[in-house]
Parts: sequence; structure tokens; C-alpha cells
Amino acid sequence: MSLLQLLAQQDPGELEAGLTAVGRGIVYGGAAIGPGIGIGLVVGNAITAMARQPESAGTVRTTMFLGIAFTEALALFGFVLSFIVAG
Amino acid sequence: MNVSLLGVEVPPITHVTVWEDLGGGINKTVLVYFFATLMTLLLFFLGTRQKRLVPAGFFQNTAESSIDFVRNQIIMQTIGPDGMRFLPYLAALFFFIFFSNITEIIPGVQFPANARFGIPAVLALLTWVIYNVVGVVKQGPLKYLKNSTIPSGVPMAILPLVALIEFVSTFIVRPFSLAVRLFANMLAGHLILVTFGVLCAALWAANVTIVIMPFTFFLLVAMTGFEILVSFLQAFIFTILTAVYIGSSMHPEH
Repeated sequence: MSLLQLLAQQDPGELEAGLTAVGRGIVYGGAAIGPGIGIGLVVGNAITAMARQPESAGTVRTTMFLGIAFTEALALFGFVLSFIVAG
Repeated sequence: MNVSLLGVEVPPITHVTVWEDLGGGINKTVLVYFFATLMTLLLFFLGTRQKRLVPAGFFQNTAESSIDFVRNQIIMQTIGPDGMRFLPYLAALFFFIFFSNITEIIPGVQFPANARFGIPAVLALLTWVIYNVVGVVKQGPLKYLKNSTIPSGVPMAILPLVALIEFVSTFIVRPFSLAVRLFANMLAGHLILVTFGVLCAALWAANVTIVIMPFTFFLLVAMTGFEILVSFLQAFIFTILTAVYIGSSMHPEH
């Protein structure tokens, strides 16, 4: 059993299905790179702001969740697309 | 078809998207939504049955602190005092989503109803209609279109491109991402819990691999705790984004 078939979780001989599974992985993996960096930036800067001005922590936290939500949407599009790609 | 990876049986993927029909179009998803509707109604009916000036009793305290939460954390932070007229919609939205999410970790149910695309899409559409109607009523159709597509201070040369992007992002991507965010978060959480649950069962059944079982079990417990946070956070984010969109329709940037 080759590695590709193992990844595809298919019977031997169904290379096409195996490639679909690899495609899924590439779609989701690619979609997760940018949002990963983005969420890191958002949260990191929010923590900096909270540490500098603890009294504004409430406002910063709300805005941080908003920023995370907007950034995260791209990764989630990738997650949903990875199901659609499998078709 | 059950798929098997390294001896671990994972439920087929169709199990995630199709559910057994209990008759009359009622399936587990619908039952969870009935539960969520009932819980939301009960919370506020019991809370307001005897209105006392000084809140007393579990239900009135819970109802009042939840309304307080929606007012202080969501409306005041995003729309401002004149957004209070949207409090019924936002509070209902928050608690309906929260109760249909939290079934993800309730033993015996263990299924977040929002991991199906239907209701999140309808809720997002409702929000879309509301913020557009509010914008048209408050600013007038043409001014609303201008304010939501043409940001101030953009050079004339790239204005058509920016306007097109803004138009797509305001009227098409907003509701779509709202629905997808809720749906995909709950589906992903559910998949993670299923994976670790199945892994625990498979490792328990096997002979030698039982020594790894405590680690996956610990991760299952930790992920369950994390999913409580996610259930709350997604309800909060959906509601606060709705409030932000309504706010941007009510108070355009100058």
C-alpha cells in the first residue's frame, strides 16, 4: 500500500480519489497560512495594547474578537472549499 | 462506507452531512433547534413572569444579567445608545445561536445544530435584510449605496476598482462569511471531537496501544472545554458582527 493510497484512505487502484484527498489537504493547508499569520498579528498587537493600557482592556478585547472573526473567515472558506473540492 | 486509517475506524463523511430522517422531515438537527428555541423562550418567559424592581430568583437574575451583557458588551460597544431598539433581535439571536451550539458538548446529544448550513444561512440573510433596510431608511437609497461603496479619500484613478470591491464585500461577502463562519467553526469543532472520541475508543479496544489512550483522552477533555468557549464565542461574534453592520448602516463614516 503506497503512501498516497494510505493518505487517501481508499482501496488500492483509486488514484483519482487519492489525488482528490491530497487536493483537499492543499486547499485547506494553503488557506490556513495567511489567516494564521493574521490572527497572530491581531492577538499580539491586542496584547501589547492591553499591557500598555490595562484600563482599555475591555474595548481592545471586543475589537480583537472582531479582528479575529474577519481574519478567520478566510481560513474557514478554505475549510468549506476543501469539502467542495472533493465533490 | 467506513474508512480505516491505521486501524482506526472513522464514521463515513456522509454521516456528517446527512442525518437519519425521523419522519416528517424531523431529524436530530431540527430537534436541537426546537430545544434551542424552547430554551430561549423559557429563559425570558420565566425571567419576566414576575417583574420585581430588585431582581430575585434564578430566572430573573439570569435573564437580567444576559440582557445586561447584550446591552453593555454588544450594543453599547458598537452601535451606541440609539441601537437599543435592536436589543430584542440581538438578544434572541445570541441566545438562539448559543443554545443550538452548546448541544455540542451535552452528553447524549453531542451535536451542534449549527454544523448544518441551513439555519446559519437564514440568520445571516435576516441580518443582511435588516442592515440594508436600516441603511436605506436612515440614509436614503442612493446615499446609502454611496456611503457603503465609496470610501472617502480614494484617488479618482482607482475609484472604480475600490467601489467594486467595496460593493462585493458589503453586499455579498458579508452575509456569506457570516453564515460560513458560524457553520464552519461548529463543523470543525464537531469533527475534532468526533476524531478524538473515535480514537479513544479504538485505542481502548486495541491491546498494546492502550498506553497512548490517556493522552488522547486528555486531549478529548481539553477540546471539549475549548468547544464550550467556541460555542459562546461564535454566538458572541455572530451577534456583535450583526451589531457592527447595523451600526455602520446607521452611522456612516463621514
